[in-house]
Amino acid sequence: MCDTCGCGDPKVVPVDVHERILAGNDRAAAHNRVHFREHGVVAVNLMGSPGAGKTAVLETTARRLAGRERLGALAGDLATDRDAERLRAAGITAASITTGSACHLDADMVHCGLHELPWRDLDYLFIENVGNLVCPAIYDLGQEANVVVLSVTEGEDKPLKYPVMFRKADLVLITKIDLLPHLAGVRLEAIVDALARVMPEPEFIPLSVVTGEGVERWLAWLERLERFGPARLSRTAGSLRL
Amino acid sequence: MHEYSIVQALFERVAAEARTRRATAVHRLSIRIGELSGVEPDLLTTAYETFRTETICAGAALDLRVVPARWTCPGCGRGFDRGDVLRCAACGVPARLAGGDEIMLDRIEMEVP
Repeated sequence: MCDTCGCGDPKVVPVDVHERILAGNDRAAAHNRVHFREHGVVAVNLMGSPGAGKTAVLETTARRLAGRERLGALAGDLATDRDAERLRAAGITAASITTGSACHLDADMVHCGLHELPWRDLDYLFIENVGNLVCPAIYDLGQEANVVVLSVTEGEDKPLKYPVMFRKADLVLITKIDLLPHLAGVRLEAIVDALARVMPEPEFIPLSVVTGEGVERWLAWLERLERFGPARLSRTAGSLRL
Repeated sequence: MHEYSIVQALFERVAAEARTRRATAVHRLSIRIGELSGVEPDLLTTAYETFRTETICAGAALDLRVVPARWTCPGCGRGFDRGDVLRCAACGVPARLAGGDEIMLDRIEMEVP
């Protein structure tokens, strides 16, 4: 009640909040992260454009780690179960999160998706996000690391155009490098230079699932992530050199 | 267009605060959006205007402040220009983001009994 003049009007008060608008998602993500760590599951949030090669990277990873590591995946997909089907065919325990029209996954969707998977038995859980270089970057899912898949066919300037996504990346997989000889005007050096302008500590691995180049480095990176966690990655992974 | 889910989260947060304080109306929200937050201020404003009807924010003005990205060297403190390599040429250390990734609700002005 207004107590200045006694008029009986309600009082307008300022309430300082100073909280992230996505604090609710942050809490759900923290909850997921606690679960993953308690059960020794290394969760990797795999992001990138549609067609960048996210599923292909996971298929190759599964074949190379078959019998050694238990892999699982949650595949975010707008309308189909195709990615999860491909992953299951490659030997990955996989479930889909069908997002409908949503352009990203959030921590609650991942939590619900976990109910479809025997995730506690896994060594690695790959969360294959919706193909999109914008929206997924904003939502913490509880992952241990963010990996962005960028194919050379997307051109040299994608990091400069989508700085938010690449700033959040712990690792960038530069895929389809077997196609570089066919791409006039796309140089690996230029992609790497662009990464250095949006990531203070750019970590990247050029990779081709066709030739197998870079796959060993990627598997070694995953193993380091499992052993040391993300805090040590920058000191143990490769440097800016190609 | 994740701006819609951002405004949904905003409405829920404001509604929770209003319930706690038994507010009868909300007059104004003050939020900060960083240039590197991944949220587009214009789209957020449009989403807010479109979806606020029938929420606690129906009559609340949105006061949105855009925060520019600011990269600095943690060694010598120098700033970086847009498009610079994010490593200090003098100190050799990676730049640090000093501001510009905020998606913050700072203040709610509400009417209380």
